[in-house]
Amino acid sequence: MSMPVLSVKNLSIDYIGEKSDFRAVDDVSFDIAPGEFFGLAGESGCGKSTIAFAISRLHRPPALIRSGEILLEGRNVLDLDKEQLRKFRWSEVAMVFQSAMNSLNPVLTIETQFYDVLHTHLGMNRSQARERAAQLLELVDISPDRLKSYPHQCSGGMRQRIVIAICLALNPKLLIMDEPTTALDVVVQREILQRIDKLRVEFGFSVLFITHDLGLMVQVCDRIGVMLEGKLVEVNAAQDIYTAPQHDYTRKLWASMPRLHGEQIRQGAQ
Amino acid sequence: MKQLFSGLLGNRKAVIGAIILVLIIFAALAAPLLTEYSPTARVGRPHQPPSPDHWLGTTRVGRDVFTQLVYGARTSLAVGFGAGLMITVIGTVLGIIAGYKGGVIDEVINFFTNMVLVVPNLPLLLVLAAFIGQASPLVIAIILGLTSWAWGVRVTRAETLSIRQKDFVKSAEMLGEPAWRIMGFEIFPNLISIVGINFIGSVIFAVITEATLEFLGLGDPNTVSWGIMLYNAQNASALSVGAWWDLLSPCIALALLGLGLALINFAIDEIANPRLRTSGRLGRWTGLVRAGEGRL
Amino acid sequence: MTDTPVLALDNVSKVFGRGDGAVYAARSVSFALKAGRTLALVGESGSGKTTCARLIMREYQPDQGQLLFRGTPATHAMADYRRAVQMIFQDPFSVLNPAHTVHYHLERPLRLHQKELNKAQREAAIAELLERVKLDPALMAPKFPHELSGGQRQRISIARALAVGPEVIVADEPTSMLDVSVRLGILNLLNEMKRSLGLALLYITHDIATARYVAEDIIVMYAGQIVEWGPTESVLTDPQHPYTRLLLSAVPDPDVRFAQSSYNAEMADVENIRRLSAVPQPVVSEVGRGHFIRPIPG
Repeated sequence: MSMPVLSVKNLSIDYIGEKSDFRAVDDVSFDIAPGEFFGLAGESGCGKSTIAFAISRLHRPPALIRSGEILLEGRNVLDLDKEQLRKFRWSEVAMVFQSAMNSLNPVLTIETQFYDVLHTHLGMNRSQARERAAQLLELVDISPDRLKSYPHQCSGGMRQRIVIAICLALNPKLLIMDEPTTALDVVVQREILQRIDKLRVEFGFSVLFITHDLGLMVQVCDRIGVMLEGKLVEVNAAQDIYTAPQHDYTRKLWASMPRLHGEQIRQGAQ
Repeated sequence: MKQLFSGLLGNRKAVIGAIILVLIIFAALAAPLLTEYSPTARVGRPHQPPSPDHWLGTTRVGRDVFTQLVYGARTSLAVGFGAGLMITVIGTVLGIIAGYKGGVIDEVINFFTNMVLVVPNLPLLLVLAAFIGQASPLVIAIILGLTSWAWGVRVTRAETLSIRQKDFVKSAEMLGEPAWRIMGFEIFPNLISIVGINFIGSVIFAVITEATLEFLGLGDPNTVSWGIMLYNAQNASALSVGAWWDLLSPCIALALLGLGLALINFAIDEIANPRLRTSGRLGRWTGLVRAGEGRL
Repeated sequence: MTDTPVLALDNVSKVFGRGDGAVYAARSVSFALKAGRTLALVGESGSGKTTCARLIMREYQPDQGQLLFRGTPATHAMADYRRAVQMIFQDPFSVLNPAHTVHYHLERPLRLHQKELNKAQREAAIAELLERVKLDPALMAPKFPHELSGGQRQRISIARALAVGPEVIVADEPTSMLDVSVRLGILNLLNEMKRSLGLALLYITHDIATARYVAEDIIVMYAGQIVEWGPTESVLTDPQHPYTRLLLSAVPDPDVRFAQSSYNAEMADVENIRRLSAVPQPVVSEVGRGHFIRPIPG
């Protein structure tokens, strides 16, 4: 692999309690290549969201990064100071959350939300921002007259697409998506992921896709990492994770998912 | 509810507040044991400063301040808890019924609640007390109980509405549980924290308001209470003649009772809302960061 | 076992709003629940599946059509209905009262619907219910909900539903809020209950793969209408309605990468398919054995 876009090395994160600590992430290491669609799978509490937050430096106490590095194109994200962090966010790494439907400010129009980001980072004025926003909305197949709308006038899927468009505004190198489509219907989910896949090929950014839906990940990811209780138990190409899982837990996950077509899983496979 | 009590025992604020409260209650109950004087008798020379004979000095008419304080505690506590209980019971019952039943019943209760809420509390009390003439603590307690429940209804109703949406309430209804049972046994146990906070808040309110009414001269001057002590001290211009003990004693007593109750309230709130519980954890976290054990 | 369905919806419609703003949450919906069989009800949000669940639980009345319980119209004065039809909810965190123990949750239904039992018999019944859902009675009975995992709470919820001796269970997305590795256990439990107790199960979900796992028959809803229905294998392997085909092609399937998926062909026409599928269609076409669709216009 040429210099990876993201390199997580021996990352350990704890949640500090009154008497004892909870190890959310335990010595996790993985790389993401430029332009790669990487998936991080696992059930609730496995630590996948914790890693995502750490990459964006979004953690608050009682979270504590105990050890390890997070290198974005060679620079350790954990060492960045406030000013560097400000430049870093949105332009190098952008993040889409599960409840992104609630990430949009309900009292601002869509246009203003784009303006916020474009003005702060690129110094654009209102009309320049409007033009760029229209271009970005087109990327996610939304008509530019939506710029004048408020978030509550758009459907859940549409809001999610708007957030993605804002994330792409500054051409980040890495797009992190934390369960972006879990609350949406399958058809909308498919539309959004397929679009992101196309945009990734067109613009060359990498994607860190976090979800519990292993079947979905095999469809769209290049490589997949499986997490269990803070540890990364298996990392492999998507097809191999599906056809030749190495770790017991991965096998257990596959045995727990009913199949839509073909041979059904066995009932006693628990 | 068990969790609430065990949580309270481990909470510093609760323990301190409880200690203060227990001390005051003890002083009130054990009054005859703590002082040999009678609160209404002239036992010394006027406006004596604190001395071994009179721990908190004497009033303008020669009564022992300390004696008045410990006997007065009985009145304040009785009115406080009595009115507080009435306010809480009325507020909780109406709030749960309004929140659970909805519809017309909700509208009617809301209407009356709004009426009572809109009427300014203290002026109403002043008018009522003035109308009655010299209001004894019992009368004051009843007036407070009947006029101050509105806010409690609001809070209880809001919480009931949010609990009502939950699946376990639907499940109980589908099972065929009667409405009174759902309100009393399914919804109410989840409201204990709110009701507790409401109750203690009402007690504080009742204590302070009683003292206020008496200080303003609307109480019965023959009662022994902290409010009347303030009234007498004010009339005797205690502060200007330098008899600070006369005025400050009831003041500090009221403040202390309020503080104790408020601490207990904060503690209940903290336990009910785990997000507010930061003290222990945050201390440890900061310590670790300083020791270089980690970062954000 | 008689062939009369235990519970049936007969041409039921439910409208919200009036005049121009009237929305048909359910339009001419008919289906039947038979003892010992599971019927899956699938669709996106807003398709009408929740409305059907609410109509069956009698949270509100149909505006047209009727509910048939053992062949006769279900009217208000049927105390029997309340016992016979129970529901399992989606959110394991709000399904149990945080202030009460597991024992309390299982005792109440027995006290209300089996008054003839004395204390000893009740305790035995509670223990039996817990064992049925594969939980240890001695361990679980005194616990409070916050001490239980999501899967355990859902099992208690099932035990409570079984306590009154129901004939129909409406399961509304019972596993969607549980962890993946826990879901199968709950589905297996539902399957077993159905077989051993002869229950009629209505399984409502948006996760179609699980529908294949538990249900013999399936109904696909869109915009308040049933657009396709029939035996699960038939509908899922050979969908005839364009909306069903669209839905199935969008379901995550690890065997098919995005680029190779049939979704791409369907996707080109998503707007159109949705628009046409929403048009009220009284005509029904048989496309296979027991397999029907409401064809789209044009």
